[in-house]
Amino acid sequence: MFDLLIIGGGGAGLSAALAAHDAGAKVGVLGKNYPTRSQTSMAQGGINAAIGNIEPDSVEAHIADTLKSAHTLADEGMVRRLCEKAPDAIGWLDRIGTPFSRLEDGRVAQRRLGGASGKRACYAQDYTGLKILHTLHDTALKQGIEFLSEYYLLNFIVEEGRVLGVTAVEMATGEVKAIGAKSVVVASGGYAGLYRGFTTNSSATTGDGVAAAIRAGCVLSDLEYVQFHPTALRSSGILISESARGAGGRLLNSKGEHFVDELLTRDQVAKAIWEQLESGEEVFLDIRHLGEAFVEENLPQERKLAKLYEGIDPVTDLIPIKPVAHYTMGGIDVDHMHCTKVKGLYAAGECANSKVHGANRLGGNSLLETIVFGREAGENAAAFARQHGDVNPRNSEQFEKDRSFVAAIPHFTNQIDFYEKRDFLGKIFYRNVGIVRNEMGLKGVLSVIRQMQKELPFMGIADKSREYNTNLIEFIEFGNMVELAEAILVCAISRKESRGAHQREDHPREEKSYDGVHSLSWKHDGTLCNEFGGLA
Amino acid sequence: MINISIKRYHAARQPAEIVQEWEIEEGVTLLEALTSIKTKKDPTLTFRSGCRSCVCGSCAVRVNGREVLACSYKPKEGDLVEPLRFEPVIKDLVTDQSGGFETLKRTGAWLERLNDEAVVTLEEEKRTEVQTDCILCHSCYSACPVFETNPLFAGPFALTRVWRYVADPREGDPKGKIDAVQHDGVWDCTLCGECTAVCPEGIDPKSDILMLRTKSTQMGHTDPNMGAFGSFGLDF
Repeated sequence: MFDLLIIGGGGAGLSAALAAHDAGAKVGVLGKNYPTRSQTSMAQGGINAAIGNIEPDSVEAHIADTLKSAHTLADEGMVRRLCEKAPDAIGWLDRIGTPFSRLEDGRVAQRRLGGASGKRACYAQDYTGLKILHTLHDTALKQGIEFLSEYYLLNFIVEEGRVLGVTAVEMATGEVKAIGAKSVVVASGGYAGLYRGFTTNSSATTGDGVAAAIRAGCVLSDLEYVQFHPTALRSSGILISESARGAGGRLLNSKGEHFVDELLTRDQVAKAIWEQLESGEEVFLDIRHLGEAFVEENLPQERKLAKLYEGIDPVTDLIPIKPVAHYTMGGIDVDHMHCTKVKGLYAAGECANSKVHGANRLGGNSLLETIVFGREAGENAAAFARQHGDVNPRNSEQFEKDRSFVAAIPHFTNQIDFYEKRDFLGKIFYRNVGIVRNEMGLKGVLSVIRQMQKELPFMGIADKSREYNTNLIEFIEFGNMVELAEAILVCAISRKESRGAHQREDHPREEKSYDGVHSLSWKHDGTLCNEFGGLA
Repeated sequence: MINISIKRYHAARQPAEIVQEWEIEEGVTLLEALTSIKTKKDPTLTFRSGCRSCVCGSCAVRVNGREVLACSYKPKEGDLVEPLRFEPVIKDLVTDQSGGFETLKRTGAWLERLNDEAVVTLEEEKRTEVQTDCILCHSCYSACPVFETNPLFAGPFALTRVWRYVADPREGDPKGKIDAVQHDGVWDCTLCGECTAVCPEGIDPKSDILMLRTKSTQMGHTDPNMGAFGSFGLDF
């Protein structure tokens, strides 16, 4: 029995855990992977803070850049809090031992990322996320935080509008467990993994926490907002960090023509590349002129991956690239306290929509959000736990339901191969729910998804064993992906305008009537509902 | 197409351990090959994976007795793929890695007490830059022969991490960190260098352990193995 249970051991989850621990709470961190294997490990570019170590900068400029990129879909108060707390977040990370890249005099080094008015991103080579995550993990071990690693979240246990814990599969044994907690922070990551084969994300980023949240009675918002990263390796979708462009990397088409300003925001650069690709051009990133010493110092990971997956050396060759799904701005709708519609259930990090990224996230703002809002959510959830009594989720209906469900899956008929459907979903999402969308394509995919939902009982698993059954876990993940896919599509169809990362061929203009208007999705008696909050 | 073998284990199967041969596409990574087998031929094949780009540390396995990340290794004809060593196999290529992660806790591989005045210069940051690239993939743990005789050994990745903090000017209690790795720690290493040979991030735990030994001596500890010779010398 925990005061506070955190779902997900990435940047937001561990920040929440450490803050809650400092506030005196008994904390557990549950996740389907070991914490250091979270999506956060893949963040490369940096973490923004207006500390002006290289050139003059200001919190106001950080706020202005973030709001501009958000196209009216950010909450100014939240953006202000994020940017104001950023310098302290860097200070805190520095004090727990984060190995940031340094300047000669020992101050933290900073570099420029797209959409930023200056050199604002603190970094650790191109391993920024990895090194922050590992430092958080070391600190969590020091503080004796308890880890339930390789536990797969099934559902939140909610009674009378309050969270009492979660149900989860202990993967090693295959047992379904009910884990009680006075409050829960979900920090389970985004859902860009839906674009399987066309995403920079880990294969584990399947939106489990977001799907569980809508089932539990939470509202999801801005689901149509998926960020496409302009530069991923063409054949594998592996990320080439924005810092490559920040440092002077150039985008060229097959004719060697330069066709876009590389330092525009990601939505603009991705769209320009997409148009080139659609017109039959190939697109390359050129960092040859930066020189081997620079590449080895600042982009060592990129060089290794380009050699491995494309068989080319960026020091001497052009890097073939395409834009792929990278980050989901939408997610679990939270209030200013990071609380969801369910009492005691908080959300932070990519799974949450705390409305700081709006229609397009700036590079370097997501790591920042995981730290600043992760800590805030942890503190708030710890306060909630202090004010509320013990819970006993053992006899809950949810636990019984989930136990029966998991026990029944091996008996599903398995006539339809869900792995094939999972690949297909990734492909049609990339083509039709991608960088440029239109109603016909979106509606076509929606009918495919509704068909998949009907077919789920005719899918199933071949591995009938209990121990570490990844076939079973991947099947449940697929169910979550299909559930979210429907909601994303309904939002994307209904937003009849183009704004930031949501670009509609058939509605090419940003419409005033949608200014500051968020799409909202929720379940009523198991049926998906959708509306645009405040649309005239 | 090429053929590879995969050693599989499942306690509930008869026999529990088998070696299976599979035909796979040439030129793809081992992780792509494993994923293709699982999603197209045999969904019971069990392995870990994540980022596909060598940073999450999930997919380390052994190929022909050598630790590799499945996502960065391209298989060759006749390769034998096995799980990592020195932690119990749960199923196929998945081992129970909780024991390995526990070594971080046992050795106290974290910043113990902040030295508020410290400035990390560019040079000092560079000194442990490679060590902080560690992805905790457990390759070095599996390659370390000390675990054959001493399962309580701290192991290479934990010791590298201890050194990374000892060498960090922000650490206000380096002595405490050094004291914590005297037993089943720095002196138990045989300096064989297997850890260094298999690290996918180019980290050199052997040299980090030597640094820890030097620091240990400076802080008044002695090599227990040398101690035996010393007393022998006196008696003689």
